[in-house]
Amino acid sequence: MLGLFAGFLGRLTLDQLPHNPVTAGAAASMVLIVIAGIIAMTYFKKWRWLWDEWLTTTNHKRIGVMYIIVALVMLLRGLADALMMRAQQATAASPSHGLMSPEMFQQVFSAHGTIMIFFVGMGLMFGIINLVLPQGLGARDVAFPFLNATSFWLFTAGMLLINMSLVIGEFSAAGWLAYPPLSELKYSPGVGVDYWIWSLQIAGIGSLLSGINFMTTILKMRAPGMSMMKIPMFAWNVFGSMVLVAFAFPILTVTLTLLYLDRAFGMHFFTAGGGGNAMMYVNLIWAWGHPEVYILVLPAFGVFSEIVPTFSRKRLFGYTSMVYATWGIVFLSFIVWLHHFFTMGAGADVNAFFGIMTMAIAIPTGVKIFNWLFTMYQGQIRFTSPMVWFLGFVFLFTIGGVTGVLMAVPAIDYQVHNSLFLVAHFHNMIISGVVFGFFAGLTYWFPKIFGFRLNERIGKYAAYCWIGGFALAFFPLYILGLMGATRRLDHYDASLGWQPLFIVAGIGAMIIALGVGLQILQLIVSIFQRNNNRDLTGDPWNARTLEWATSSPPPEYNFATIPLVTERDAFWVAKQKGTKTIPSHDYHPIQVAKNTSSGIFIGVASFIAAFGFVWHIWWLVLLALAGALATIFYQTLREDEAGERTIPAAEIAATEAAFRKQKEAA
Amino acid sequence: MLKQKGQGVKKGALLGIATALAIVGATAVYLHSHTVAVMSPSGIVAEKERHLIIIALLLSAIVVLPVYVLTILIALTYRETNKKSKKYRPEWDHSWLLETVWWAIPITIIGILSVITWQSSHALDPYQPLSSSVKPVDVQVIALDWKWLFIYPAQHIASVNMLELPVNTPINFSITSDSVMNSFWIPSLGSQIYAMPGMSSQLHLMANKTGNFTGSPANISGKGFADMLFTTKAVNQQAFNSWTDSVKHGSRYLDLTAYHNLAKPGTISAPQYYSNVEGGLYNYTVMQYMGDM
Amino acid sequence: MSDIATNNAAVLAEQQTNDGKTLFGFWAYIMTDCLLFASLFATYAVLHGNTAGGESGRDLFSLPYILVETFALLTSSFTCGLAMLAANRHAKRQTALWLGITFALGLVFLVMELTEFGRLAREGNGWQRSGFLSSYFTLVGTHGLHITIGLVWMAALASRVWLKGFTRATLRRLSMFSLFWHFLDIVWIFIFTIVYMLGAA
Repeated sequence: MLGLFAGFLGRLTLDQLPHNPVTAGAAASMVLIVIAGIIAMTYFKKWRWLWDEWLTTTNHKRIGVMYIIVALVMLLRGLADALMMRAQQATAASPSHGLMSPEMFQQVFSAHGTIMIFFVGMGLMFGIINLVLPQGLGARDVAFPFLNATSFWLFTAGMLLINMSLVIGEFSAAGWLAYPPLSELKYSPGVGVDYWIWSLQIAGIGSLLSGINFMTTILKMRAPGMSMMKIPMFAWNVFGSMVLVAFAFPILTVTLTLLYLDRAFGMHFFTAGGGGNAMMYVNLIWAWGHPEVYILVLPAFGVFSEIVPTFSRKRLFGYTSMVYATWGIVFLSFIVWLHHFFTMGAGADVNAFFGIMTMAIAIPTGVKIFNWLFTMYQGQIRFTSPMVWFLGFVFLFTIGGVTGVLMAVPAIDYQVHNSLFLVAHFHNMIISGVVFGFFAGLTYWFPKIFGFRLNERIGKYAAYCWIGGFALAFFPLYILGLMGATRRLDHYDASLGWQPLFIVAGIGAMIIALGVGLQILQLIVSIFQRNNNRDLTGDPWNARTLEWATSSPPPEYNFATIPLVTERDAFWVAKQKGTKTIPSHDYHPIQVAKNTSSGIFIGVASFIAAFGFVWHIWWLVLLALAGALATIFYQTLREDEAGERTIPAAEIAATEAAFRKQKEAA
Repeated sequence: MLKQKGQGVKKGALLGIATALAIVGATAVYLHSHTVAVMSPSGIVAEKERHLIIIALLLSAIVVLPVYVLTILIALTYRETNKKSKKYRPEWDHSWLLETVWWAIPITIIGILSVITWQSSHALDPYQPLSSSVKPVDVQVIALDWKWLFIYPAQHIASVNMLELPVNTPINFSITSDSVMNSFWIPSLGSQIYAMPGMSSQLHLMANKTGNFTGSPANISGKGFADMLFTTKAVNQQAFNSWTDSVKHGSRYLDLTAYHNLAKPGTISAPQYYSNVEGGLYNYTVMQYMGDM
Repeated sequence: MSDIATNNAAVLAEQQTNDGKTLFGFWAYIMTDCLLFASLFATYAVLHGNTAGGESGRDLFSLPYILVETFALLTSSFTCGLAMLAANRHAKRQTALWLGITFALGLVFLVMELTEFGRLAREGNGWQRSGFLSSYFTLVGTHGLHITIGLVWMAALASRVWLKGFTRATLRRLSMFSLFWHFLDIVWIFIFTIVYMLGAA
């Protein structure tokens, strides 16, 4: 009888619950927070509201908000990991072994990188795109609202899975990219790497679907008259980024699958021996990995392209040049991936080619910076907190760019590859580029989504903390790298003299944490002060693009009448000419996509299937996949019958009239 | 109110500048008493690579310095609160001259750097032997979990975690791994290269100064990876010869059994030496993974 | 942005035909699937010589067998085309008939492929044997998995047509399906050439 049940739960056993007090504590607090949330929801009887308004929504604005909430929660976890890492490296000068074991440290940095890239970076990016893109194009929603919801739930399922690894099992200790043979079964026999594989696999499919969704939105759902050369620069950058998503993410899907096949089914793609080729993995993962970083940074550049003109009260300089620069970056980002492993021995010709292509990307990037600067030139600049983020970006990102050009020279990279110099460089790019860009964007579009502005003063202090904290946390790492400190060390000899720099870096990390604390404070204070900072006109910054023509927050349908566009910065032009921007007649009923529970069910089914894959519970996998398939089938049936809901013209008229009144009174 | 605000900004800026200067000062003091291996090299390869770093930095400065200056000037001049009258051209969004300048200059700089890249990638190819009249010494490196095995095939000796080298002599490294991917890096001497199972990488370095240099395992290889920091000792020819002699007179043999014991996962606390090494041990290690490929 | 004009009529018309964007989105998906297969082909290209002392394509592949499989699949593409023509004429019976034949041919292909996989595995040439075999099974198997999904989709569509007739949505989905099926055909031609013909040579 027991034989029947042996293998029922795959590799899952009770002793996979955490033993280590730190991990157990973290897992327990996470579980407690979730339980507290459930109790609160029940007590305040908010389940119906949560289900109807948020969990089953297909509206891009709601989905955007959910992405951002998940991303910001994961930012806190990633930051906690970062603080632990800094604490370890600041104290682990021999004979001390610091605060944690090597195994734990290695899991912490693997989780840190994975979470920051996939769940914070991609989450903030898709969140902001969701919030802003359709409105900027004069559209009512994205091309495929149901797919949009599904993408979000797949993203969340991946997030849940990676957090599950804290509660039962372990996480990968092989770094954020899990190179074989270290990530193969022989050297990583536990479930850690499998958790890594499957949380990325699910989130990756969500990203791929979003890529298709947003590409279609930009190409097919622009307002009439809005030719491609009239779309907001943010939309161009998103377009480039989504093309990268469509081309790169399938490679990730394949690579993760092949690694899993090696681990679970004894195949030999990347094993040492048996005909495997570990270098193949390195090539494949970076063929995805390099476009990924441009996927993240292009929309951030797009955010700056919206912010700088608004706060300089001037047109974006060199629109056409910027479009070419964007596509230059997109094209080049496909032919540089080998620069991540110059030291793997590809030979001088190959290394030189990829090096030259890599440094070439500096050209269009530099062009963008000059165009932003000359947007400010002879403008009237307001130094709001988004502009503070932008200035921080200009000063810091340029340094990262320089170190990138340095490492693009293979012979230089032979010295600094995989050292803390490299770590400083990529944090330089991602923090001052991606993170600053998205923080600026969140501040800028917050009033549009929530109807009131964030507290500017606290926002600026937070920005200063991030800027100063970043410099203090990462410039020492540049020096450490040049001193010979390789990355991912959990301890080192005191005689090397590295400790003072690690301590300074630790202080920098704490200042960044202070910055995050200030951002949380900013949110709380702003909510309390919201009645003083209400945006009644829908256009709190005196901005230029179509999204600012709607109320704050916008009605469900965004535009009562789809505007007819004749030039760039259509909203600004309308304001200058004194044209009415709120329609006053000719209302038609509007169709919007209905809510659906299919998205969340597919997310749940994917989570369960992935959990089954991790623990080798095959019957669970089959059941969950069948469930997902059935849900998709059911959804298509539903879409035939009544996938859309109609908003009556009278309701639209009333909403628009109320907005017009409010705007005129303000 | 505005005046107070302006003063607040001035105070903040002064505080910021003062802090920055203090930090720069402290950094200078620190750097004065610590060696930055990559920038104070002890080997010809590292010297050439440092030279490249400086050239690339200077070339980049041609773009970066104007960016910084322009940003500060533009931000100060055209800020809304600046009461001095200045031009406001809200519709001006194009200039052929400016576009030409900021496309052409970076393209030129990158063009120059590309030529340098092509040349240096070939000149500093790790597989390229160093030109010298001195006869090279061969060292075979095997990355294990979690220690480095250095075999001197000509001298039939081996050492673990201690690499002793004759100064001003080209060293021909052959590098492999008997577990996962690692990377062999001695920053004071120059380039690193990956150590991969089933493959033999080559590296050519030369120490031009005597001394002790740190070596790093530059790719994570598991639990004990941080214990793989090793010491490279560059000594004069005489000292090297007496060292190899004394190791040869040791009593430990590195036959296959001893090797397999050594290869078992674990770290060692002090360098070990072997007087006699199984012939062809390095090739055996590489071939293990090749099967009948 | 004109005097927010009465462009509603044109907009409404466009909104009603979301066929345009759905088909475009599906093309975009096919492109990503192309990249998926491209990655698998690249992997196969790198690993196809890594037989780890075992047998290579020359020993394992039987070209006549593969030719029958190929014929079945290519014919199914032709019958799929006939089904689409019938659908455009709104001929229910014909559409169902041709879809049924397409299904049968696809099933023949799949059964033959699975039989071959089983034979290889029983002989000791399963996917665990070598890097070459891992990449072979995964490349060809992924195509087979797509075919399986296609068969399920085909069955669902055929029953939809039979029970509900030709709605706008069904016609759109038939277009997407036939795009998918033809795409799989093209991928098979690449597999046939690169894996089997070049492998057995």
